[in-house]
Amino acid sequence: MSRDLDYYGEDLFAVAPAVRANGLVKRYGSITAVDGVTFEVPSGGCYGFLGPNGAGKTTTIKMITCVSPPSSGTLEVLDLDVGRNQREIKGRVGVVPQGMTLDTEIKVRENLVVHGIYHGIGKREAERRGDEMLEFAHLTGRADARVQELSGGMQRRLLIARALMNDPELLVLDEPTTGLDPQARHLVWERLRSLKRQGKTLLLTTHYMEEAARLCDRILVIDNGKVVAEDSPTGLIERHVPPRVLEVHHVEGLEDKIHRAIADCVSEVENIGDRIIAFGQNGETMISRLKEAGMEHHPMLLRDATLEDVFLRLTGHGLTD
Amino acid sequence: MTLYRRSWKLTFLPQFLQPVFYLLAFGYGLGFFIRREVQGYEFIEWMAPGLAASAAMNAAAFELTFNVFGKFSWSRLYESVITTPLEPEDVALGEIMWGVTRAVLYGTVFFMVMLLLGHIHQPYAPLAFVAFALTGLAVGLVALIFTGVINDMDYFSYFFNLFLIPLFLFSGIFFPVDVMPAVAQKIAWMTPLYHGVQMTRAATLTGDLGAMLGHGLWLIVFSLLLFLPTINLFRRKLII
Repeated sequence: MSRDLDYYGEDLFAVAPAVRANGLVKRYGSITAVDGVTFEVPSGGCYGFLGPNGAGKTTTIKMITCVSPPSSGTLEVLDLDVGRNQREIKGRVGVVPQGMTLDTEIKVRENLVVHGIYHGIGKREAERRGDEMLEFAHLTGRADARVQELSGGMQRRLLIARALMNDPELLVLDEPTTGLDPQARHLVWERLRSLKRQGKTLLLTTHYMEEAARLCDRILVIDNGKVVAEDSPTGLIERHVPPRVLEVHHVEGLEDKIHRAIADCVSEVENIGDRIIAFGQNGETMISRLKEAGMEHHPMLLRDATLEDVFLRLTGHGLTD
Repeated sequence: MTLYRRSWKLTFLPQFLQPVFYLLAFGYGLGFFIRREVQGYEFIEWMAPGLAASAAMNAAAFELTFNVFGKFSWSRLYESVITTPLEPEDVALGEIMWGVTRAVLYGTVFFMVMLLLGHIHQPYAPLAFVAFALTGLAVGLVALIFTGVINDMDYFSYFFNLFLIPLFLFSGIFFPVDVMPAVAQKIAWMTPLYHGVQMTRAATLTGDLGAMLGHGLWLIVFSLLLFLPTINLFRRKLII
């Protein structure tokens, strides 16, 4: 972890940001999908777009990867304007799309080779690089399989391998682990961390808090097309929520009683369904107040604040799927 | 600029055999009842070049309908292709070239069958390859535009039943168009296969260079008119 941060710190001063967006807007007819976002993705490390579905993450990604022109604002990728240098930018960026966009008519290895050829790499070089990427994605044994024969996790790793065929400086991943089981997800994360160690810049969208916390050095929280916050995962937690969280379960009919009991030692209380979530500086005080109110046997959980709590607070609603 | 390339897959045989069956069934089978010569030629001799042109047309039409629709919608393959330095225009151009390649391939194989059966009569006969390419190009562009406009593949039924099969039946392959009413003749003149058939027939059977040129020009102009709209359609669909 510290190695990653060191690397990131060094590069911040040496190299221009990988992405620089200023007042970026995207409208589809009367709908404004991205509403004036400004951010900088530093070169090196992993940068995350965190937000619910429909927040504008994918639309922003599409503008960065030059497949959707911005309606207004400026957007530079690798120091190049997306309005003028599409081909060059696309040649230096790798894209892992959200959906499965593999060619099901050809074999696993051919998917990589053909993609390399689209990038203008010669056939022989594309084959060599394809084998290398198969190894990176732990898919060497599946080189001659059909895409349909691969599991969801393998297909996702193949998409990542494909995005690396042009040895990109910036790798953009749109929800890289959505729909994967835990084992497959951990393997993808591990591969992405290994890319970070190689010094590549990663930009990913996610609506998984755990993914953002584990992988990202910095996070941009987006909601309704607007930037809500930008910081490191720990910075977000420190700045936006008190450190301790008490969850009280099965609170039907007890809400008022609980609110009264802990009112003086919490900074915020939220009702979510049949739970109450209270934020405060000192968890033990909150528990002792509930004990005084005769609730010592009530199911409750004391924990540290997480990114999810930040999200709940920043957007006023939970992540909707 | 890098060329968009397709991987080869060979669903070759069934598509190629179909016109051969037509040749055998109509030429030798139905030809048994047809004692009359057509425009001074034996029926099967007269029909064979038309079937060659239709083989080219079908090859392009099949390649540029279902397959392209799938790459727009099911596999969304184009979405990943345009994340490389290739732009939608390159993708469209690649598909067009691929459709034309298939058209020439299928037309040529049928040409070889004609050669084998002794139905090639002119020294300029290889110009039929140009006719195959132009027929494939013209019909392929229509197929691409249709594919780009529809949002449900059920609509392909319209393309095949109301466009492709009528072209096959009424473009002067099985009988000269001048036996049809004047209106039908005019309609035939406005469709690409008619000109593909006439050009192929001129190349392999009659040797009429003027006809070859005229029909070839018609196909070129038709294709030029559709070319930019086709390319733009790809951009409109892929860059949103």
